[in-house]
Amino acid sequence: MSKKASNTNAVTLKDKQAEWKVRYDKEIGQDRTVVNRSGLEVRPLYTPLDWSDSRYGEDLGMPGELPYTRGIYNTMHRGRTWTQRQLIGLGTPQDYNERVRMLLQQGASAISLLPCNSGFRGIDCDESPLPLLGTCGTVINTVDHMDAALDGVPIGEISTAMNDPTPFTLFAFLLSVAKRRGVPLDKITGTANQSDYISHFVANHMFYRLSQPGARRVFVDHVKFCREHVPNWNPVSVVGQHMQQAGATPAETMGLTLSTAIQYADDCIEAGMDPDNFLPRFTFFFDISISFFEEVAKFRAGRRIWAKIVRERYGAKDPRSWRFKFHGQTSGVDLTQQQPLNNIARVTAQAIAGIFGGLQSMHTDGFDEAMACPTEDAARIAVATQNILREEAHLCDVIDPLGGSYYVESLTNEMEEKIFQVMDSIENTGGMYNAVDAGIVQRMIGKSALEYQSRIETGAEKVVGVNCYQSEVEDREVDTYRPNRDAMEAQVTAFKAFKADRKQADVDRALAELARAANGTENVYQKVVEAADNGVTHGEIIACLRRELGFGHPLMVA
Amino acid sequence: MMAYPERVLVTKIGFDGHDRGSRVVAAYLRDAGMEVIYTPPWQEIETVVKLAMQEDVDVVGVSSLATDHLIMPDLIAALRDAEMRHVRLIVGGIIPQNEQPELMDAGVSAIFGPGATSEEIVETVRKLAVEARAARETAEVV
Repeated sequence: MSKKASNTNAVTLKDKQAEWKVRYDKEIGQDRTVVNRSGLEVRPLYTPLDWSDSRYGEDLGMPGELPYTRGIYNTMHRGRTWTQRQLIGLGTPQDYNERVRMLLQQGASAISLLPCNSGFRGIDCDESPLPLLGTCGTVINTVDHMDAALDGVPIGEISTAMNDPTPFTLFAFLLSVAKRRGVPLDKITGTANQSDYISHFVANHMFYRLSQPGARRVFVDHVKFCREHVPNWNPVSVVGQHMQQAGATPAETMGLTLSTAIQYADDCIEAGMDPDNFLPRFTFFFDISISFFEEVAKFRAGRRIWAKIVRERYGAKDPRSWRFKFHGQTSGVDLTQQQPLNNIARVTAQAIAGIFGGLQSMHTDGFDEAMACPTEDAARIAVATQNILREEAHLCDVIDPLGGSYYVESLTNEMEEKIFQVMDSIENTGGMYNAVDAGIVQRMIGKSALEYQSRIETGAEKVVGVNCYQSEVEDREVDTYRPNRDAMEAQVTAFKAFKADRKQADVDRALAELARAANGTENVYQKVVEAADNGVTHGEIIACLRRELGFGHPLMVA
Repeated sequence: MMAYPERVLVTKIGFDGHDRGSRVVAAYLRDAGMEVIYTPPWQEIETVVKLAMQEDVDVVGVSSLATDHLIMPDLIAALRDAEMRHVRLIVGGIIPQNEQPELMDAGVSAIFGPGATSEEIVETVRKLAVEARAARETAEVV
């Protein structure tokens, strides 16, 4: 009886929707086809014909249980809100220290450290043009620099994210500082934010690279070292953000990121590790674009796919291995130099998408971040935005508040399908490592970047202040952060003196051991840590490994 | 009409590796029929000068998103020292307004910020290439 009744309802609904569609088509008068960034057509209305509660059990479940669509924890943001982790990096270690203390006092609940671009390039400050030092990150070349940067910061109590590519010198410096301060290594928590070397080959050419096989070796050794010695550190962060910033669509980004995570898990297993030992320490890092519902669906779908893969492919039994933990950063690509204060509104919309997507930690961009490192005012507003959304807008009151929406559920399923297509194409070329080697991923991203730019040029995609609503008045100038050049010069001088004064025999021995490990079977990362303890600098560690393991030239394809 | 297509070097100097902009601009110029020499990021100043010379380019386009424009004066001086005065320079990316006059004074011919259209960029490069060839002729006569 009840079954029949629901059938009748369904027919009625279908008829009613068809009638509405006739009225809609007549009134809309013109073709208003909308396609999201991932290339999925967005319909004007969603109803139970697109998604209905009969799919609830299979598609959603409860928060903290499979398939994890509604979130990875039972209590989600109601129990513990996301970690407010602002990306911080500027000037000298002292400049960094001032900024970090200001943000902690203001409510940031974790810290991050972004090194100077010279560090990303693999060199020390004394080999770098002075005008470029500290403009986009902090100059950290030694343990002493790290100690000064974290002066007064309780590193055993606060979680730290290091923007630290292979071979993870910043983390080695952090561990040295912990030893100096008598902080046990199991108290060190946080994430190696730039451990995803594959993303550095395809999308973000910020980083010096070891050759692909060399980077792969150091990556696995680093995971092993952390699992043995720093148990509460997340040695892996798979970074979808780079690919999306470089132009990949949200669906491509999620697909490529999950394929990368599969590659890393395969490599760890190949090295003899148990999936339930390392998978709970896998984390993800994503861009949150302003394509609001698409981002929410991207995160919900990604969470569901990961839980499926780790069980089906790896047989992971520990629920901690199934949880898709991710950090979200509001997208810098969506910000504009034109009418810069508008970026505050953009960041707010992006942040809400991230929160509804169920993130674990978040960075909100400063409104001036399209131009330079955020100034103090901009950094303060960025943190306040998160506080306002949590405290005043009450976004943490209800778990997965968009769950059950006909649109969002339907879109989540469609995104999932699209993501699986990308993953299949990578799997068919022999996995992410090989796909990158062959330039397939680079080509995919380049094509999408060009297509998106053309959509902006033709006006298909509107950007306020750029291709519509341009301002008649001159844009208000925003202050741009530039480090104090005298202070930076003093730092370089002090660094040279440090190098001249240290015990050269210790340095030489540590570097010789590092080189030996690179050519043998010892854990290379163990030797990086010992080198840091012995006063070896960032640039020296990199130069040694680059010599022994080779430099990674990225394959550039247009 | 030019005897042969405009030759443009699209590159990045300094430390930053965000190459989305340079790749998109390189594709625009290529699609407009120009001959584009494209380099990955992180080029040394000397390499850029050498490439500009070997490839006999009319215009060098430098993309800067993270303060690398601060060493543009070094590139300009190096081109001058290599007697490549005729080559026209353009910069694209994120160049704060208060730092633009210094670049223009140092000899940059045009700066393109976000929102610049492909049409604007292509037109400017065409015009600059004509200028560069005329300047080279004059220099050779002298």
